[in-house]
Amino acid sequence: MYPELGQFSLILSLLLAVLLATVPLVGALSGRDHLQAFARPLASGLFVFVAIAFALLTHAFVTDDFSVAYVANNSNSLLPWYYKFSAVWGGHEGSLLLWILMLAGWTLAVAVFSRRLPSVMIAQVLAVMGMVTVGFLLFILITSNPFERLLPNVPADGADLNPLLQDFGLIVHPPMLYMGYVGFSVAFAFAIAALINGRLDAAWARWSRPWTTVAWSFLTVGIALGSWWAYYELGWGGWWFWDPVENASLLPWLAGTALVHSLAVTEKRGVFKSWTVLLAIVTFALSLLGTFLVRSGVLTSVHAFASDPTRGAFLLGLLAITIVSSLTLYAFRAPVVHTRTRYGSLSREIFLLLNNVLLVAATLLVLVGTLYPLVLDYLGAGRLSIGEPFYNLTFSPLAIAVGLMLGAGIFSRWKRTDGGWLGRRLLWPAALSLVLSCAVLLTYGGFTPWAFAGLLAAAWVAVTTFMDLWDKSGSRHGRWHGLKRQSRSYYGMVLGHLGVAMTMAGATVVSNYGVERDVRMSPGDSAGIGNLQVTFSELGQRQGANFVAQYGRFDITRDGQLIATLYPEKRQYHVQRNVMTEAGIDAGLTRDLFVALGEKVADDAWAVRIQYKPLIRWLWLGALFMAGGGALAIADRRYRIKVRSERPAIDDSRSGGQDEGVAEAL
Amino acid sequence: MGRILIVVWALLLPLAAVATSEVYPFDSAADQERFRTLISELRCPKCQNQNIADSNAPIARDMRDEVYRMLQQGATNQQVTDALVGRFGEFVLYKPQFDQRTALLWATPLIAVLGGVLVVIGIVIRGRRRDPSESSLSDAERRRAEQLLEDRDDGA
Amino acid sequence: MFIPAVLAVALGIVLFAGIGKDPTHLESALIGKPVPVFELADLQEPDTIHRDDVFVGEVSLLNVWGTWCPACRDEHDDLVWLARDEGVRIVGLNYKDNRDLALEWLDSLGNPYALSLYDPQGRLGFDLGVYGAPETYVIDADGIVRFRHVGVVTPQVWQQTLQPLVERYGKGG
Repeated sequence: MYPELGQFSLILSLLLAVLLATVPLVGALSGRDHLQAFARPLASGLFVFVAIAFALLTHAFVTDDFSVAYVANNSNSLLPWYYKFSAVWGGHEGSLLLWILMLAGWTLAVAVFSRRLPSVMIAQVLAVMGMVTVGFLLFILITSNPFERLLPNVPADGADLNPLLQDFGLIVHPPMLYMGYVGFSVAFAFAIAALINGRLDAAWARWSRPWTTVAWSFLTVGIALGSWWAYYELGWGGWWFWDPVENASLLPWLAGTALVHSLAVTEKRGVFKSWTVLLAIVTFALSLLGTFLVRSGVLTSVHAFASDPTRGAFLLGLLAITIVSSLTLYAFRAPVVHTRTRYGSLSREIFLLLNNVLLVAATLLVLVGTLYPLVLDYLGAGRLSIGEPFYNLTFSPLAIAVGLMLGAGIFSRWKRTDGGWLGRRLLWPAALSLVLSCAVLLTYGGFTPWAFAGLLAAAWVAVTTFMDLWDKSGSRHGRWHGLKRQSRSYYGMVLGHLGVAMTMAGATVVSNYGVERDVRMSPGDSAGIGNLQVTFSELGQRQGANFVAQYGRFDITRDGQLIATLYPEKRQYHVQRNVMTEAGIDAGLTRDLFVALGEKVADDAWAVRIQYKPLIRWLWLGALFMAGGGALAIADRRYRIKVRSERPAIDDSRSGGQDEGVAEAL
Repeated sequence: MGRILIVVWALLLPLAAVATSEVYPFDSAADQERFRTLISELRCPKCQNQNIADSNAPIARDMRDEVYRMLQQGATNQQVTDALVGRFGEFVLYKPQFDQRTALLWATPLIAVLGGVLVVIGIVIRGRRRDPSESSLSDAERRRAEQLLEDRDDGA
Repeated sequence: MFIPAVLAVALGIVLFAGIGKDPTHLESALIGKPVPVFELADLQEPDTIHRDDVFVGEVSLLNVWGTWCPACRDEHDDLVWLARDEGVRIVGLNYKDNRDLALEWLDSLGNPYALSLYDPQGRLGFDLGVYGAPETYVIDADGIVRFRHVGVVTPQVWQQTLQPLVERYGKGG
């Protein structure tokens, strides 16, 4: 009975979403306040019913209701309870429901946290979000119903969750990612609303910014989690593979980063409005494109959900309607404004524009790289593969350029920066960065051009960020006062940029100075890596909750002193019978030691993969810093919901500009 | 006693750490490096997007064996990739060969950055060409702004 | 201003064309090229050695199979039918298998092969670019590879794909 209730709940949600998509919009376009007022209650109702549906699906999993096809395909009675819970989003239908839940959640959040916005604006924004929700609800109800039943032949037990997914990573990675993907729909909705009512001013940018930043932070965490998960779960020590699905998450992230910066310029200076709107549309479009690529079976990927041409076609239709209509709206309504504002060639505006150029170039590169094989295949020009070696050659220079541009631009001023002054400002950081990167190179031993470039860029970003902080916190009343005086928004920027430096440093060092050995070992053997000895001490077997594992005990010593003991294993799960590799990892801030069991090459000999991974944790820590920076930025005073005089929000562009006494944050 | 110790020592020797060999051993470190790079840049034709270094599929193992065999015989990187492409198609190369079809692909970053930079230059030049004495506000707007500022000073 | 919309439409067309296609399907790299040089023992008579000239003179199908491959079992009956009722010359390539098991298989299920090559190491399979059994090649009378079908051969596959090719390359001689 419950699954049917779940389905019914989804249908109700669809009805509410349709109403949300139409009624407030009609109210906004015709100026009828009472119709606009429907937006908030409809958003609440929509969320409630989607949440009910999600809860009912979870209930089906937790109670082992194998009459529901989706549960039977993705769960098993032996599955530990926390994986039963997360198995809800382990497959296509359930993860889609999670997506919709998040969409409804963000819609509700926008409805709740926007009291000060004009009623017309909020009506339009919520209506657009309603439209997107309608599309996805139609998709799930028509092609991917998670509540389909297997009656009357209810299987005795389920097919089990894919063992690769029976991991902590599944519990956190998809929800974080989806929060990001779906969060960009808010910026999209604001952009569309602005295009509809022709009001493309700085206020729009100010309203969009916190939503976009939060979505971006979530996406950053989601991608970092995915990378970390792949590293320890897949068994070969890689952390990014340029797999189409990974690229699908990177695309909105790159565009989103450009968007966050572009919104800053539009908010502060009122320029680049059309560009920012286009970027907001494109970022969300890339989120949708990613959804399509993962679920349509068009590209090969170890991540892809089981594909189905009907679903692919429907999703493509949804994608096409959303993107083409919004881009057409843009073509007609985006103002071709020849702004009368002037800015110098070294102004902050220009630096941020160049930042955008580089980030958009990177986005384009990843997009082209991911889709090129499809295009060539369509043209009958052959079957191509585009992978890591290609991106290493093309993406890295762009990343380094972004880093260099960041450092140079940090000192720039709005409207005009004196070239000579800027040049002088940058001399010390340049020298310091050079020294720092050389020092690191020497520590790890060996100069390679890529390592040098990457480290230089990372050092450059860090040094300039600190120098800027130093500059700005100079005060008559002492350094501490100067530091306290800076806004959270500024510290958000500092933290975010430091995160970039950390990630760049981590990526550069681990790629250039990591050591990998594939050795043949029997119990008792020992292999050396760097100045460490790895000894295969014993081989054993153990029983897990729903698997049986063969493990090896590896003792890692340096000069005879034991540093770590690792237990990599090969697990065979009872139900799906696949063999999973669980690596043994000794984690550290400065380096990871990674040991994984490969294949059995003889009766008592195994292929063992031993890796030394310097600074790899910096990759993910840097991402956490970036996300933290975003969180800090939106905790800024100006976004606080003031309880002061409740002025009717007619033209709200003035409030929030009082904190000019502090330093120029973005 | 001494002889007994020697015998004991000799018996214990096999238990001491034995230097292990790579799964695919090479005489020179350079070849080892070449091998590692090659197998990480070749794609397993059957797997769901994995290189032959990481894949456990039988065909991946066969390909690794072949790369190993060829390197031992002194083949160059180009010869190895040609041999595998000749059998499995260019699908197995993760770095697409540069030819007429892929020229656009390889040029993408350059085109994108150049295009963007040109646009920025255009914006800067357009801004500079405008009369520097031209104010951002028209006369009527300027008067109104002054009026507003006076009012605010009075009220504050 | 309209460029983004136009690009999106173009992309949509390409993506649409990709739906339903199998992205793991690879065309053989040997199409138009001769069968690789090989020297393999016969499956039934270990003393007889076959070389690549076994394909010269008549158009044939080369079927790659193994007892370890469940899909090969699925297509086996259709292969027997093809050989017996349609008179198609099928050369079998027993790929990475055990001779005794393979012989047992043919004895109990029927032997559709004009001759069977025994390739325990998979050398010819590798040279052909076999990446997943079963695979069936169409080889013309000059020993040139003309087509590869990856997957099970069904009567439908025969009628729609293989038969036209066999007829086309059979005529020229």
